[in-house]
Amino acid sequence: MATLFEGFTLCGLVQTQSASDSAIQGIELDGDSDHAVVTDSTRAVTLYKVSDQKPLGSWTVKQGQLLTCPAVFNFQTNEYVVVSDNKVIRVWKEEDLHLDKAFKATVSADVWRVHSAPGGEPVVLFQRGAVRLLDSLLSAPQQPIEDILSEEEKEVIRWSTNIVAEKQHFVLFTTEQKGEHFLYVQRLNPNTLQKYRLEREDSRAPPLSFSASLRDKHINLLYLYPNGCVYQSVVAVQGPVGLEGVQALPRSLRLRLPVGEGELGAASAVALDEAHVAVVGMPHPSARTGKDFLCIWNTNFQTLQADKEMVGRICGQVWCYLGKLFVPHGKALSVIPYECQKSSLASALGKLRHPGIAVSKSSVAIPSWNTLLHGDQPQGPTKIVDSRKSKLRRKSQSAPALTVDQVLELIKTGPVEEVRREVEALVSRGDAQDLQLSVGRLACQLVARSQVETAFYAPGALARLVKTQCLCHSMCPDLLLLALEHKDYFLCQLCLQLFPDIPEVVTCACLKTFIGVPDDDVEMVSLEPDSVSFMEGLVAAGARGGQQNGFSPALFEEDSCDPHHQPKPPQHQDKKNPTLQLEVCPVGLRKAVLLNEVLQTPYSDNLLVPHLKDLNAPQVISIQEIIDWVCLLLDAHFTVLVMAPDAKGLLSNLQSFVKSQVKLFSELGKIEGSLQELHKMKPSKDISQYSIEVIELF
Amino acid sequence: MGEFKVHRVRFFDYMPTAIRAMAFNAHTERLALGRMDGSVEIFNFADHYFQEKVIPGKDSRSIEALCWVGGRLFSAGLNGEITEYDLENLRPKYSLEAYGGPIWTITSNSQGAHLAIGCEDGTVKLFEVLEESIQFERNLDRQKGRIISLSWHPSGTQIAAGMMDMIRVFDAVSMLTTVLLVDRGFGGSKSRETVVWSVVFLSDCTIISGDSAGKVQVWDGHTGTLVKTHLVTKWDVLALSVSKDESSVVVGTSEGTVIQFQFIAPTLQQQQDKEWVRTRTFKNHTHDVRALAEIETAIVSGGMDTQLVVRPLLEKFDERSHASALRKIQFPHRNLVFCAKKAGLLLFQFPGQLELWRLGESDGHGKPGDSLPLKRKPEKLLHLKRKGEDHICCSALSSCGGWLAYSTMSSVRLYRLQTDNNDISITKVPKLPKILRSAHQLCFSSDSSKLFAASSQSSVLVIALSQSECKYVHTLKPKSGSRQPIHLMTNSVDGKWLATANSDCEIHVYNVQKLKLHCIVPVYGSCPSAMGIHPTTNNLTMVHADQQIFEYSIVEKQYTDWSRKLQKQGLHNLWLDRDTPVTHVTFNPKNPEQILLHDMHMFCIIDQSLPLPDQKTQFYNQMTLRSLSEQERPSHLHAFKICKTFQDLLSVSLLDDQSLVMVERPLLAITSQLPAPVRQKKFAT
Repeated sequence: MATLFEGFTLCGLVQTQSASDSAIQGIELDGDSDHAVVTDSTRAVTLYKVSDQKPLGSWTVKQGQLLTCPAVFNFQTNEYVVVSDNKVIRVWKEEDLHLDKAFKATVSADVWRVHSAPGGEPVVLFQRGAVRLLDSLLSAPQQPIEDILSEEEKEVIRWSTNIVAEKQHFVLFTTEQKGEHFLYVQRLNPNTLQKYRLEREDSRAPPLSFSASLRDKHINLLYLYPNGCVYQSVVAVQGPVGLEGVQALPRSLRLRLPVGEGELGAASAVALDEAHVAVVGMPHPSARTGKDFLCIWNTNFQTLQADKEMVGRICGQVWCYLGKLFVPHGKALSVIPYECQKSSLASALGKLRHPGIAVSKSSVAIPSWNTLLHGDQPQGPTKIVDSRKSKLRRKSQSAPALTVDQVLELIKTGPVEEVRREVEALVSRGDAQDLQLSVGRLACQLVARSQVETAFYAPGALARLVKTQCLCHSMCPDLLLLALEHKDYFLCQLCLQLFPDIPEVVTCACLKTFIGVPDDDVEMVSLEPDSVSFMEGLVAAGARGGQQNGFSPALFEEDSCDPHHQPKPPQHQDKKNPTLQLEVCPVGLRKAVLLNEVLQTPYSDNLLVPHLKDLNAPQVISIQEIIDWVCLLLDAHFTVLVMAPDAKGLLSNLQSFVKSQVKLFSELGKIEGSLQELHKMKPSKDISQYSIEVIELF
Repeated sequence: MGEFKVHRVRFFDYMPTAIRAMAFNAHTERLALGRMDGSVEIFNFADHYFQEKVIPGKDSRSIEALCWVGGRLFSAGLNGEITEYDLENLRPKYSLEAYGGPIWTITSNSQGAHLAIGCEDGTVKLFEVLEESIQFERNLDRQKGRIISLSWHPSGTQIAAGMMDMIRVFDAVSMLTTVLLVDRGFGGSKSRETVVWSVVFLSDCTIISGDSAGKVQVWDGHTGTLVKTHLVTKWDVLALSVSKDESSVVVGTSEGTVIQFQFIAPTLQQQQDKEWVRTRTFKNHTHDVRALAEIETAIVSGGMDTQLVVRPLLEKFDERSHASALRKIQFPHRNLVFCAKKAGLLLFQFPGQLELWRLGESDGHGKPGDSLPLKRKPEKLLHLKRKGEDHICCSALSSCGGWLAYSTMSSVRLYRLQTDNNDISITKVPKLPKILRSAHQLCFSSDSSKLFAASSQSSVLVIALSQSECKYVHTLKPKSGSRQPIHLMTNSVDGKWLATANSDCEIHVYNVQKLKLHCIVPVYGSCPSAMGIHPTTNNLTMVHADQQIFEYSIVEKQYTDWSRKLQKQGLHNLWLDRDTPVTHVTFNPKNPEQILLHDMHMFCIIDQSLPLPDQKTQFYNQMTLRSLSEQERPSHLHAFKICKTFQDLLSVSLLDDQSLVMVERPLLAITSQLPAPVRQKKFAT
């Protein structure tokens, strides 16, 4: 989920004459994370302390001069840089009082922007596409500047930014030429320039805004069109070497914003992280039009996560620095802190598996949703889980530990106890990166040996491997069956608890075995204590009986005005109340624990349907109850269903059905008055103030 | 069993007034409820929400807020006075002018030592609570703008005050004040001041406020910073109430919703980072929710739509039971309708007037289910406006229709009525005995020769009536020494017995001929809600707030065999599960086996000659019986014959000509007289 916090006003804005211009040219950071350098559209640069909402300094150029590019901060020299009247570069320090007295240099071509970022030297981008490092430019200001973009073709820069990767420095800019849009990626040191053509949007409208970010060695470019589409294009940092000419830039649709009728005027989208995009200047999907909102959307789920109304005119500008969004609107520049929490598949899957218990176990080694989608490096939740255990174990370790391959060799021949010890040692020390791989290999090897050599069975080592939570059924399909064969119920339980992918056939096999086992055999087995105590509680609660909360027979409604209201005979109610039948648990405690594990594994209806058919008609519940049940299920598992491709058809059908129902009712709402009249016509005789009636009681 | 001719009366325009304030006393489990007309009602939540006491209103009194200090009840209102109530004599004990203009709020600190009031002139005044009264102590720093709401910090050293556009926190020790500014609403309401209708101050110094811009705001009282704003409605947030353990706050809005906020961790992973999260919304009202209380297991709410709603919190109950059901209290638990059985007259009691009606007449007979043609329409004979400011608290009509009496807090008035044909003349009886100053209950003996008036300390004054004069005879006093007021009084047809019931659940039976106490019925743990003395057997039938029925033989001074049998077998669960008390017990002189009872939703005839229903018996069996043949019927009969044809019943009586009078007041008719709600639920919205 993402949150927009209470915002505050950083400064007031002067209204510009023309409606389309903004009062602000740019907002940049300087060396202090709490500072913001705001350049207005005319002559002034102001430095603000954001948390105090107060200016620290302000610099203006003389009347008649004009700032033509937002001031930036040179992180290497702690100086500010700005360009006035396209050609004059001015450099000054915070303690300088007057901009006129500061250093200035006149260059030979018109400057488009100066860009600066922490860790890199400022670069100057000229209007005709050439790029120079600031330092080298200032050492020879009058050096000739080549034209990259041809003047005749009328190719003009629309947007630019720079990105500093670890050792690389990029200048990105987009241009427009005869309705076509291009992206230029200029790498510095060594200098290469790559030109990409943006796919043309059907409406031929130019993109409203661009935003670029660097993520795992790729530059992600996010751009918004007036029809509400937000596209993403990815350019590799290690660009294609030696490719000449114009490349087509592939794009993917990340988000389709509801724009209502018409198109977006001034709007802007900026990527906050992998999954979240902030959009300013769009109407709220459920508010009336004519209001502009700042919204945070989740692009994975296409959901609106947070929104805030922006009062006043929006000029389609938004800046995002260090967890804060800067939005000029109306007569103010607002700073709105935000927070995006990562949504992970793990939490969703956790919900699927153990609704109650999952909380403590939510750090299962299921990679994050973003990882699945974007191929991130696995960040190690497993590491966190295991580090505590491994610390404990490290103390007891003395002998030099074996490598994975050595352990694999050992498994082929070694005795059970030694195998257990070495597996233990390996797992405890293993780092999360390759644990997943090695655990699978170890388990397969162990299972393979047990299958060949019936006398060999290493329950301790297997249990340890399962407990790493790096193992799943598909990695080692024979493990669970082997455990079942050896009547190792503890391992079976672990597998049922921790494997997310046990096929129903195997679940059924487990179920059959568990049911078939005599109670006496199981009662001595040690099982996972939490699940045992849980079952104990359940059995005790069942024995107590009584009506459960939330169960309300229609009878209870005393206020019912129906004079012919007749209760059902009470014996029917007893049948309806399931808890009465759950008085004694028919199986032993440990057996119940095992059966409960089976019940808690994910399964499809293949297992249930044949047995449900055995129910006779009076036991089958009413349509209303089924619908209620389906609604509850949908509500409870919505996040999971939304992600499941299988559920897509059902969900969209349900959605269109609900939509038609809503439409029906809204149409009914229009004739509500007439309907009420009909209603009034019927019981007119009853409304009289007085009547003498005859009743009969029996 | 038989046919009855029923006068179905719907012309009693009873209109309850809106609920303005409430205060719950967790110690005694009593809820005090203040209404717009200045009346105060006391409900006993330990005894099935029974409306135990009613203190009648007064024209000049207004109640903005109520507060308990121990067992003492205080109110304050826009008339600028603080009032303490005498809960034994059901009247204000004293009223004190606070000299700060209209008072918006009153609240006591948790120690019960001080009261704070918020005044129109911007002062917060502190009063010390003394043994018998309260005494002004000092003003806190006077502010510009009125003080709308107040809340003490549990330590008693700080007070948060909700004002216009701001909240001020007064520190009683350092005398410092902190100001928290409350935003105005958006759009058009930007120019309007925000009224902070309600604040609560929690022990961790969190302040929660509700205001007229529809916001619930959470503030950190240490730093004076706003922590969170929840916009809950487009209209006003009017009332706030915090649970005893401070883990939950409920707010009431103009839309009629009650919204619960709970102090919980937003995610299960981070149990320590708790915050106030909006959790549930209840919609049980159509209009402003002006008064709220979150008690141990339920949310109690009331407002403009006049009904008191008790919404149990289901997570606090392990099992579904009677206690976990939603309860709405719409009608008073006492009689407002009196019937002269011989004369066929009805007396309706309003706070400001009495109305006397003559019932209509019809020709001939009809089949069950028919409406008979009217020969004569009902007629309003009299509209008697009360004198003085005090509202009417009780009234009585003699069964012959010749006498009428009413009492306010300050006086009793007795009238002689004479009807010949269509003319009615009313004469006020001039000189009443001095001792008869006010009464909690009034009743005439069945031969109209005596008037009984329930007076203080459960005593009863006996007044003899004759054409020429009325004379004080005697005061009947209970032996128990109870100081509680009498809320029920009934006498026997033969004029020998008088039974009274008081809020201590005591029932006394007096021998009126000998003018002495005859016996005390064994005290039962639930308050009697209705009782009556049988015309032939002189058995006293009592129905209690917990729905139990007892029959006591006055002559033998013991419970009757039928009553013992009923208690042994137990009442049917469906009878016990009803949620409105029986408010009237009457008998059929022609058929001594029959006891007639009613509550708001049903009318019941108990036939003592028939077997009692056990739990397996179909309890509501009238439909079944109707469908059976005459031969099959007797085997299905049981004693409780319940008719639900008539709803929203205020009174049921049986006239001497064997016809029933059912006075209905449809809730729809009450709703239709309310002002339009701010928001109406429409289809598909």
